[in-house]
Amino acid sequence: MLFSENIKIAIRALRANKMRSVLTILGIVIGVATVVALLSIGEGATASITSQIQSGGSNLLTVSPGKQQNMMSGTGQSRQASHMYYDDYQLLERGLASNISAMVPVYQSSYTVKFGGESFNTNIVGVMEDHKDVRSFAIAEGRFITDGDNKSQSLVAVLGDTVARDLFGTLSPIGKTISINGVKFQVAGVLESKGASLGSPDDNIFIPIETGYAKLFGETALYNGRKTVNNILISVETTSAMDTVSAQAEYLIRRSHELAPTDELDFSVQSQADTLETLNSVTQTLTIFLGAIAGISLLVGGIGIMNIMLVTVTERTKEIGLRKAVGATKNQILTQFLIETVTLSLLGGILGILLGVGIALFFSVTGLIGSVITANSILLAFFFALVIGVFFGLYPAFRAANLHPMVALRYE
Amino acid sequence: MIHAEELMKVYQMGDNEVRALDGASFTIEKGEMVSIMGPSGSGKSTLMSIIGCLDAPTGGKYLLDGVAVENLDETQLAEVRGRKIGFIFQQFNLLARTSALENVMLPLTYAGVTGKEREARAMKALERVGLGDRTHHAPSELSGGQQQRVAIARALVNEPAILLADEPTGALDSKTGVEIMDLFQSLHRESGQTVILVTHDAYVARHTERIIRLSDGAIVSDEANLNPIKAGTPRAEE
Repeated sequence: MLFSENIKIAIRALRANKMRSVLTILGIVIGVATVVALLSIGEGATASITSQIQSGGSNLLTVSPGKQQNMMSGTGQSRQASHMYYDDYQLLERGLASNISAMVPVYQSSYTVKFGGESFNTNIVGVMEDHKDVRSFAIAEGRFITDGDNKSQSLVAVLGDTVARDLFGTLSPIGKTISINGVKFQVAGVLESKGASLGSPDDNIFIPIETGYAKLFGETALYNGRKTVNNILISVETTSAMDTVSAQAEYLIRRSHELAPTDELDFSVQSQADTLETLNSVTQTLTIFLGAIAGISLLVGGIGIMNIMLVTVTERTKEIGLRKAVGATKNQILTQFLIETVTLSLLGGILGILLGVGIALFFSVTGLIGSVITANSILLAFFFALVIGVFFGLYPAFRAANLHPMVALRYE
Repeated sequence: MIHAEELMKVYQMGDNEVRALDGASFTIEKGEMVSIMGPSGSGKSTLMSIIGCLDAPTGGKYLLDGVAVENLDETQLAEVRGRKIGFIFQQFNLLARTSALENVMLPLTYAGVTGKEREARAMKALERVGLGDRTHHAPSELSGGQQQRVAIARALVNEPAILLADEPTGALDSKTGVEIMDLFQSLHRESGQTVILVTHDAYVARHTERIIRLSDGAIVSDEANLNPIKAGTPRAEE
């Protein structure tokens, strides 16, 4: 019996029960689609994080409030009401003299932005002039926030790419007046897009941080009367100086926060590499978790296929008897039903791959999460579908092959 | 051709021993047309499955074309069924959604015949039963008589030593039944095909040249039928 004929028989049998075939492979489709989408998105996330490390300046230290957490350990008890203050920034600027190329504080909060009929909530980031270099921003149009803007507390804003397009469409935003939480700002510049990467400035509006404290953030930016910041970014001159600077910064803030030597830190100094590690461990956890779900779906799908194949064998008992009567051997019947199961699961696999690629593409195109579709993920999914087909097909196929020809022919 | 000696088939049903065949002995020569007759429960179905190598006897000897069947394993039995026996069933047993031609090609496929030869032989068999113009119809598009003709073509396609027909007219109206009997007679007359009919119907049996009667698993009579009915002769004249 030729392989191609078995495929033909299998397809004919599956087409005879179209709805049943479709429902049967649904589990495999979902499982395989999850595997493909997951691996693609995981790959994309890793790639985007890595590229961000490279583009964002690798010698960047971020000082943030809250205990440094290992996200894997799950002991996520962050210290309540821990804050970074503008004073901390000034302290670091005085205390850290060498090896620093730039240092900036950041305060950000979400406000309603209005221009013409457009109105939405977005992230308003109070920054200094050096922020542009620390984060490697490129200007598409106009200029970035300057030290002069901060000194004079001028009401100017620089828009991220997405915000500029959402507010102005194709119009040039430069010189236009927008309203942020009712305060009028004049647009001074627009940033180039950094794409859908983590921490992308595309959705942000940048204003002078001093203007923010004075005219926009108000009470919420204060804690015990002191100006707070979300974090302090330190750009270190050389990679080799990272550890020294990090230790110095930690020492200085520890002293200013009056922490005893045994106390845990209520802030963290993290390099991009640390961030990468943390994020990767999150990605990994998620991948394992979702991978387990995909695995369960594949298992359930496989059992579903086996169940239907057992029903099929019973329904086609007479056909099996006839095939044996006209000379089919045990092995030929076994092969026929095994190929039928494998066809079913591979069909599910192929549909699942298409769906998974579709989901991955949807995420990249809409910019939610970057995804990279690799040949490996597709091969892996295909292999899974094949293994499931063979594994769950064997038992029904054996049942069919072992039917007694006479009993099978007489079966009603 | 067929030589059966003291064939036994004993089933164990709970505590009871059921003797479906209880020492049947007979010989059928090449080119004979024979009926095996008996009421239901007489063991004729069991005998048919043993003759057709669908089942093995629990005792006795069975030689088919000089081959001792009781010594064959399952794979060899499948091969014997494919090459030496052409089965015809009461319910035709055609594969649904499968064209007449493909149904007829089935035994060739299992016998390892492929490509053009397979198609040509199947075509020839279909022409032989008068269905050369219905090759691409599915069973559901054919009448009962036509379906049985396809089944006969399928049985003939491997040029088997024996055509083994189990109540071949049982599911057909009497007019169509006569046509099928006529086809068997002409296959026998023109090609010297060995035909074994298994039936409970004495009228059908009288179309053959020899009638073996079974009762309770044993042969009660084995007689030549010197004047077989020619298919198509009205029943009333008998």
